[in-house]
Amino acid sequence: MQRFPCPFCGPRDETEFHFAVEAGHARPEPAGAVSDAAWAAYLYEAASPKGTTREVWLHLTCGEYFLLTRDTLTRAVNASEPLPGVAP
Amino acid sequence: MQRYSALSLLRQGLAGHKGWQSAWSKATPKPAYDAVIIGGGGHGLATAYYLAKAHGLTRVAVLERGWIGGGNTGRNTTVCRSNYFFPESVALYDLALRLYEGLSREINYNVMLSQRGMLIAAHTPAQMEICNRIANAMQINGVDGKLMGAAEAAAKVPLANTAPDARYKLMGGIWQGRAGTARHDAVAWGYARAASALGVDIIETCEVTGIDVQDGAVTGVETTLGPIRTERLGIAAAGATPGLMAHVDVTLPIHDYALQAFVSEPVKPCLDTVLLYLGTGTYVSQSDKGELVFGGGLDRVPTHGQRGNLPVQEAVTAGLLEMFPAFGQLRLLRQWAGVVDVVSDSSPLIGPAGPEGVFINCGWGTGGFKAIPAGGWLLAHLLAKGTHHEISRPFDLRRFAEGRLIDEAAGSGIAH
Amino acid sequence: MSGWRHDSLGAEIDRDRPLRFTFDGLSVPGFEGDTLASALMAAGHRILGRSFKYHRPRGLWGLGAEEPNAVFDIRHEGSYLPNARATLSYAQDGMQVASVNAWPSARRDAFGLLDLAQRFLPAGFYYKTFMRLPWRIYEPMIRRMAGLGRVDPDYAPDADGVQISAACDVLVIGAGPAGLAAARAAAEAGKTVWLLEDARHPGGALRWRGGEIDGTPWRDYARDTSQAVEAAGGRVMTDTSLWGAFDHGAFAAWQRGPRPRHWRIRAARCILASGAIERPLWFADNDRPGVQSAEAALHHLALYGSLPGRRILMATDSDHSLPVARALKDAGAEVTVIDRRAEVPEATGLAQITGAGIEAARGRRGVTAALVKGEEIPCDTILCAGGWTPSVHLWCQAGGRLDMDEGRDMLVPRPGTAPMTVIGAATGTLDLAAAVAEGLAAGAGKTPAPKAPKPRARAPLRPDPARPGRQWLDLQNDVTLKDVALAAREGFTSVEHLKRYTTLGMATDQGRLSNFAGLAAMAALTNRSVAETGTTTYRPPFQPVPLSAIAGPARGALYHPLKRLALEEAHRAAGARFRDYGGWLRPSVYGQGDEAALAQSEARTARTTVAIFDASPLGKLEVIGPGAAALLDFTGYVRMSTLRPGRARYGFMLSESGIVYDDGVVLRLGADHFVVSASSSHVEGVRFVLEDARQDRIGRASVFVHDVTQAYVTLTVTGPDARALCRAAGLALPDLPHMGVGEIAYQGARLRVARISFTGDMSYELSVPARHAQTLRARLDAALAAFDGRWIGLEAVMLLRAEKGYVLIGKDTDGSTMPQDLGWDGPRARRDDEYLGKRSLFTPEAASTARRQLVGLRVPEGGQPIRTGAHLIPDTGLRRSLGFVTSSYVSPVLDRPIALALLEGGLQKIGQTVRLFDDGVVREAVVTAPCAYDPEGERLDGRA
Repeated sequence: MQRFPCPFCGPRDETEFHFAVEAGHARPEPAGAVSDAAWAAYLYEAASPKGTTREVWLHLTCGEYFLLTRDTLTRAVNASEPLPGVAP
Repeated sequence: MQRYSALSLLRQGLAGHKGWQSAWSKATPKPAYDAVIIGGGGHGLATAYYLAKAHGLTRVAVLERGWIGGGNTGRNTTVCRSNYFFPESVALYDLALRLYEGLSREINYNVMLSQRGMLIAAHTPAQMEICNRIANAMQINGVDGKLMGAAEAAAKVPLANTAPDARYKLMGGIWQGRAGTARHDAVAWGYARAASALGVDIIETCEVTGIDVQDGAVTGVETTLGPIRTERLGIAAAGATPGLMAHVDVTLPIHDYALQAFVSEPVKPCLDTVLLYLGTGTYVSQSDKGELVFGGGLDRVPTHGQRGNLPVQEAVTAGLLEMFPAFGQLRLLRQWAGVVDVVSDSSPLIGPAGPEGVFINCGWGTGGFKAIPAGGWLLAHLLAKGTHHEISRPFDLRRFAEGRLIDEAAGSGIAH
Repeated sequence: MSGWRHDSLGAEIDRDRPLRFTFDGLSVPGFEGDTLASALMAAGHRILGRSFKYHRPRGLWGLGAEEPNAVFDIRHEGSYLPNARATLSYAQDGMQVASVNAWPSARRDAFGLLDLAQRFLPAGFYYKTFMRLPWRIYEPMIRRMAGLGRVDPDYAPDADGVQISAACDVLVIGAGPAGLAAARAAAEAGKTVWLLEDARHPGGALRWRGGEIDGTPWRDYARDTSQAVEAAGGRVMTDTSLWGAFDHGAFAAWQRGPRPRHWRIRAARCILASGAIERPLWFADNDRPGVQSAEAALHHLALYGSLPGRRILMATDSDHSLPVARALKDAGAEVTVIDRRAEVPEATGLAQITGAGIEAARGRRGVTAALVKGEEIPCDTILCAGGWTPSVHLWCQAGGRLDMDEGRDMLVPRPGTAPMTVIGAATGTLDLAAAVAEGLAAGAGKTPAPKAPKPRARAPLRPDPARPGRQWLDLQNDVTLKDVALAAREGFTSVEHLKRYTTLGMATDQGRLSNFAGLAAMAALTNRSVAETGTTTYRPPFQPVPLSAIAGPARGALYHPLKRLALEEAHRAAGARFRDYGGWLRPSVYGQGDEAALAQSEARTARTTVAIFDASPLGKLEVIGPGAAALLDFTGYVRMSTLRPGRARYGFMLSESGIVYDDGVVLRLGADHFVVSASSSHVEGVRFVLEDARQDRIGRASVFVHDVTQAYVTLTVTGPDARALCRAAGLALPDLPHMGVGEIAYQGARLRVARISFTGDMSYELSVPARHAQTLRARLDAALAAFDGRWIGLEAVMLLRAEKGYVLIGKDTDGSTMPQDLGWDGPRARRDDEYLGKRSLFTPEAASTARRQLVGLRVPEGGQPIRTGAHLIPDTGLRRSLGFVTSSYVSPVLDRPIALALLEGGLQKIGQTVRLFDDGVVREAVVTAPCAYDPEGERLDGRA
């Protein structure tokens, strides 16, 4: 059972969290200027790296989204930080 | 190929079993092949077999980084079925089931396909309506599916929970009589043996470290056992596929998750069908050895580690006991996890990807075992002909840009 | 009959408390404190089980979870437990114990003849035959032969398992000498220590071997350690199996006892002192009853006074087992030590044969002699001291790797590969003083120094393929050395292939006795070292754990607990029948009798006079702040910034892939204040979509989202007399138009009233803080009779909304439904700002006119209702699905069946006749608009 650090609440069991998306997917806009392929890439593609990854997670109990850097193979957690521009 | 039969067993028995040959040859890589398949699981081995058998292509190598059948082929709960909703899915999974039905005799290896039937159990009128929708979809697509009422369903699973305080009462469900289980290891070994006999090289402990591309077309692979030239590359590597495709800068709509499976200590026969409860999400069957083999949902943290977490173990086990209170007598014997490659719409990816000559067969998520013969058949077709088989066409990667997803969970409310 | 009870030895039995149980119908005496194994041994029972495949007679082997043979079904005082190990089950008066996998009993098993056919049943024989007919024909016979115990179909253990989460500084697994020393040192350093022990008492092998820890008699040391641990805030738990090691320092433990407990432990540090298990020896027929672990014999003698026989041979190749022989001799048995070493120190008073090993066992139903140096030596027991296998399962579960220690001939943990410190026999340290020193160091937080390599003294003990006869490697699963040779011959040389092909190590002892032997045998057969051959992975659980312990109390009402209405009791008193609707327990209908008929009657009342239903589960999300309108514009398909305060508007929330995720009405209470209503099962999801956009797009300081669903009770009054009923109930409602929103004072609180209709009739949605629910309900209820109105359940509500063609997301839509498929193309066509899911509404597929679109269906005059789930199919050509029926009812006001469906190109087909397919039967229906009743909406303002 993994334990993730919420930047706002501290370490909590993995059951309190929900994986949202890999970090770095900027929403392409406006819709009229986005190709089908670019939109599909934004919506669906994932690097799914074996190793270090940076992801957006939701802490279900406090409702905050945050950034988590962790290793998908060893399950080591390296860092957890609020979304850019937010003080924890 | 040395023929297996009761008679050969008898003969070898009298001779002390000294005359059995290696089930498949332990090959070392040749410099070049007509086709190379990455992944020595069920899908990869089946691909090699059908390439040789149906398309006459025998200069073929299967590269496996560990031991064959050691990935999800050897880690699943062995269910075979085609009780799907979308016609595209039904066509795909029923092709697999039909191939499974003749497989033991075709490859002379008993894969123990036990068509004991499967019940998807519903508990509310709303779920029964969904079940009717699926049963009709199956019938329209020519597959044996029927809506089953409470009494008939209860007779299929005599130990199911009928207590007044049961959270999920058995109201009925979808029955597929041709569904069942097969012996997972035997599928891998049987295909390997049959492919090997046709001249395919099965190369274990050979990990692919790079894909060579020239002028937009594949020319070979780099491996831990040296470079291998080929102009046709099939990838059937499940959770390792995103990493392999990263070599050619292709990003796939795949997330990798751990899926756990469980077996109890063996007991005498007490469950003779495959059962999935919509309420608990837990599925269970009893193996020929007597163990209850069961599973449930994914561990919800993307991972490449083959380890399961405790909360899902608790939830799946509680689900099983809510379905079968008597199974509270039993003990958990083993638990394990596989890494499953889950596509955004939970349907597989079959087709060309990246450089010319590269074809993928992945994204089976939690349901790859049942599809092995079809996955092999269709990838072999792609490798041999360079174009889609009609059944694989809807599962091409292009469906995402076209907005033509095949989302079973969304279509039927049932996650497979 | 060869086992017996010593008349004074036995530290853990109480001779003043005799008891009796039955074994396969025979009465067996014992004492309080006995295990079934020790009592059966003392009573002289030798055949305790039959093997899985060949049904060979089998006796007791070991002393704990490694026991492969003595596995029983136990019935006692109304409880029943299949597959219990005799070594771990305590004898109790009146127990009924039955052997497994044997008929009628282990002593006389009708299937014992199978052993005669063994030569035709090698490993994996079933892969090579039974192919002529479908497997399903052969399978029932195979299945009946397989399995161990039986499930009692009439017994369901109580779902009363307790589950507790806890945390500690230092978790010490195993309370043998090393574990005790580690716990002591850690506790004295001020750490919170949890010391877990599988056995009933701490002490490990010292319980039967005796000895001192750190200069103190072991019992005293164990007692003092418990006190030190508890004084430092920790705890010592015996009879507790630590069965799973998980990520980030999480562990699972099963504590036995009258009320079993499932512990989830989070430990900052873990010290593994799980000991080692004695390895068997390999000779022909080494599976016969009477062949046992030497250490187990000492265990049974010292703790229970039970001896396995009177003429005992003990085979060994080290001094470590000599105390076993000496103790048995002192207890009165005749003991001969067969020592593999040619040169051995003289073992005082013991008969010795040196430079020899056991070559074969004789005796079909139990050992009668052993073959040593080609001569038969009469005996009734052969004890095997084949060396030790460290218990590294938990180390491996935690991701640890193993190294082959050639000198010790063991696979031992490779330091640094898992977040645990391993000490004592689990890491190959068999010397007591050295194990204690490792424990003290680990407890004090020191990393153990790398172990000095031990030179290999002599060739390791291995199964010898050159020897005649069958040598068992896996007793329960009947895997012999010949099976491993066959696997090697057929190419199953990887350890995992060996395991799967032969089933070696897959039995309920989880390979404790067989894994190393199989591995070593395969290494020898393929000319590889053990290290090159590799090891199998160990998976939880460390030993079989009851499913009921893992599942805990989550059964029945506690499994996926239902959400309950604040007014549930009042509805129940009014005759409501309840059902699970998306996780909420809600009234389906009120009253006795046929549910469908009641729903019809309730719906008719709602159309003719007035009805009330409890709509509290409807989500209520407050969205407040200057950015509120922008937030809702982005997250919604229908613009809300143009909504005037005091008004409500219907809209959708889409996923980014353009699929309708939820629908509902948004109320605007003020310029910066909205209330979003979400479907009852989507409240959480909608809230997180709003939070996502708030935090990542709109700006968290400008808007807040607050879920107040559970804080309010909502009662909806609907029907032509709705307004009159509210007035009669004393509610001074403001004069609101359809889709108007207002508030009135109500008992010091606010009552929100919204003119929103889910039935198509004039409706007032009345929401009050939950504490005022009872009075509001009572007032409305009191006024009902004068209007001939009634309470209605969800079934009637569903019918009323279906008459109007109002969709239920997830029922009338599926995972491909976009808003234009529901006839809502406006925003898609006109909105030029960004909103959730927008781009997805313009893919080639989304632009197609052949999408499945919502329509109504009408059956020919006098036709029966259509079943929900029926499909629409083409008139001609290949049969395929054009869509399906999503809702179907009989309308009491229209006096005919109505239905909604998703139909390919449906909006173009209105007025056409289509064909319906349901379970093989085909019939016809006419496509209509979704709305079947009052299409002009005249009833929204009262009687039309």
